[in-house]
Amino acid sequence: MTEIWDGLTKAVQLLISLDPAVMEVAGRSLTISATACLLASLICIPLGSLIHFHHFRGKRVLINIIQTLFSVPTVLVGLFLLVLLSRSGPLGELRLLFTPTAMVIGQMILITPLLLGLTISALSGVSKEIADTATSLGASGSQAIRLVLKEARYAVLAAVMLGFARAISEVGCALMVGGNIRGATRVITTVISLEAGKGNLELAIALGMILLLLALIINIVLNRLQQR
Amino acid sequence: MSLIEVVDLSHSYGEREILKGLNLGIDKGEAFALIGPTGAGKTTLLRIMDLLEVPGAGEIYFDGKHVPRSGKQRLEIRRRMSFIHQKPQVFNLSVYDNVACGLRWRGEKRNRIANKVDHILEMVGLEGYRNRDARTLSGGEAQRVALARALVLEPEVLLLDEPTANLDPISTAKIEQLISNVARQQNTTMIMATHDMSQGQQLSDRIGVLLDGRLVQTGNATDIFRSPTNEAVAHFVGMENILEGVVVENNEGIALVNIDGYIIQAVSGYPVGKEVYACIRPEDITLLIPDGGQQTTVKSSARNSFQSEVTRVTTLGPLSRVEIDCGFRLIALVTRISAEELNLQAGKEVYATFKATGVHIIEKGSGQ
Ligand SMILES: Nc1ncnc2c1ncn2[C@@H]1O[C@H](COP(=O)(O)OP(=O)(O)O)[C@@H](O)[C@H]1O
Ligand SMILES: [Mg+2]
Repeated sequence: MTEIWDGLTKAVQLLISLDPAVMEVAGRSLTISATACLLASLICIPLGSLIHFHHFRGKRVLINIIQTLFSVPTVLVGLFLLVLLSRSGPLGELRLLFTPTAMVIGQMILITPLLLGLTISALSGVSKEIADTATSLGASGSQAIRLVLKEARYAVLAAVMLGFARAISEVGCALMVGGNIRGATRVITTVISLEAGKGNLELAIALGMILLLLALIINIVLNRLQQR
Repeated sequence: MSLIEVVDLSHSYGEREILKGLNLGIDKGEAFALIGPTGAGKTTLLRIMDLLEVPGAGEIYFDGKHVPRSGKQRLEIRRRMSFIHQKPQVFNLSVYDNVACGLRWRGEKRNRIANKVDHILEMVGLEGYRNRDARTLSGGEAQRVALARALVLEPEVLLLDEPTANLDPISTAKIEQLISNVARQQNTTMIMATHDMSQGQQLSDRIGVLLDGRLVQTGNATDIFRSPTNEAVAHFVGMENILEGVVVENNEGIALVNIDGYIIQAVSGYPVGKEVYACIRPEDITLLIPDGGQQTTVKSSARNSFQSEVTRVTTLGPLSRVEIDCGFRLIALVTRISAEELNLQAGKEVYATFKATGVHIIEKGSGQ
C-alpha cells in the first residue's frame, strides 16, 4: 500500500516539476499519435466519402468488413508490420523497423477501419435530401459531397478524436515495431508496461495520469460535439 | 416555343411504373401548376425536370436543346433552374450561408454575393435572421430560407414541390404571396406541384392534372374545374355530384339525360343513346323552400328543379354541406348563414335547382 502511495506522490511531483523524462515521452506519444491520426484522417475521410457516395457491388460486405476491423487486436497489426518491415521482409530495405515512422504507420493501420467506418456512418447520418437540395441549387458532384461532409462535421470530428484516443492508448503495436528504445521510440504506453514491470512505479503512474487526463479532455470535447 | 419540353416520358421505381408516357411543354414565363393526389407522381416528374433523376424512357428538351442522359451539360442546365423541395432542408449553417451556397457554387464574387443575399433576405422578410443558425428556424421561416436560397440564383425556371404542405395558414399565405410576386414580377417560368386545387388555381396560368402517372388534362383553371374531361378528373377537382345516365333527347344542344328515371337538362351535344356522367358542382345547386304549399313549381331561371328531402347537414367552417334525396342523391354547398335562415335539417323538404349550364356532361368510358 505504501508503495502505491509513494508512487502516487512522486508521480505528482514529476508532473508538477515537468520532469524532462516524463515530458519527452509524453511529447513523443502525442507527436506520433497525432501524426498517425492526421495522416489516417487525410486518407479515410475522402475514401469514406467515396465509399458512401458510390454504389457498387459488395458495398455492404465492404462496410461489414470495415466494422469488424474496428476491434482488430493491436498486436496483430504489430505482427503484420513486423513481418513486413523486418530485415528479411518485403519492405526490409526501408530500414523502418524500430523507428517512430514504423509506429506512425502501425497506428495508422490500426485506426483506419475505425476512421473509415465512422466517416461512413457520419455521412449516412445526413439525410439524402441534403445532397439533393445542394444538387438542385447547382452544386457539382464534388461540391455536394463537400457540403454533406460539412453537415456531418461534428460526427466526423468525433470519429477523428476516437481514432486519436485509440492510437495513443494502444501498446501492442508500439512495442513490437517501436521497440521501446530510450530516447527514440519510448511512448507513454510502452514505458508504463515496461517500467511497471521493473518496479519503477512513479514514472509509470505519472505517465498513466497524463493518459487519463488526455482521455478526460477527449471525452469532454466529444460530449460537446455530440450535443451539436 | 416551349422552354421545357418533355416527350414520351416514362419512369419506374423497381417494377412499379410511376410515370406513364407523359408529354408536356412549358412555355417561357408561364406559371404552370401540376395538380394531383398524393402518389400521382408529381415529385418524380419535378425531379426528372430538374435533372436530378434520369427518366427510364423519354426525352427532355431545354430551351430547344436535347438534354443528354449524362455528362457535364446537365449541371449547366440545372444551374439555370432552382427546385424547392417539399420538405425544406436547411443546411446546418447560418441563414446567410444557406442562401449564399448556390452563388458560391457558381463562383460568384464575394461582395456580389453579399449584396444579392442581403437583398433577397429583405424580400422574404428575414433580414434580421442573417446570422441565425438555420436549423433553429420554424417551419415557415425555413421554407422562406428555402425560397430565398432558390430565388437569389435568379433562375430561369423555378420548380416548387408542394410549397405550403405542412405549413400553418399564416405561413402559407406569406409563401403564396411571395410566389405570386415572383411569378408576376420577374420573368420566371414557374412549375409548381400541389395537391391543393385552389392553390393551383390561384398561383398559375395553366393547370395539368396528373393522375396515376398520366397527365389526364391540361388547360386553364376554368376548363379544368368546369369541364373535366373524364370521371377521375371530375372527382379530383371536387365535382361531388357525378350521376350516371343516358341521353334520351337532344334539342339543339340541350340534352335530356335520364338518371334513374329522372330527367336532367344539360348543355351538351351528345346524341340520344349516349351513356354519360352528369357532373354538377355542389356550389352550383341552389336550395329553395316551397312557400306554404300554394306554389307547386318554384319559379326560377334554372331548368332543373327537383322536389327533395334533406338527409343530412354538415358544417364546414363558413359553409354547410347539405345532402339531399330527390330520387337520386345530390350534395349541395350553401353558406352556413343561409342554411340557418332556411332552417335546413334532416327531413326538411326543399327544392334543389340548378341550371342546364351548371351540368357538365362527360362521355362514359373516356380517358382512364
Ligand atoms: N425513390 C423511390 N423509390 C421507390 N418508389 C418511389 C420513390 N419515389 C417515389 N416512389 C413512389 O412513386 C409514387 C409517386 O411518388 P411521387 O412522385 O412522390 O408522388 P407525388 O409527389 O405526386 O405524391 C409513389 O407511390 C411513391 O411511393
Ligand atoms: Mg410529392
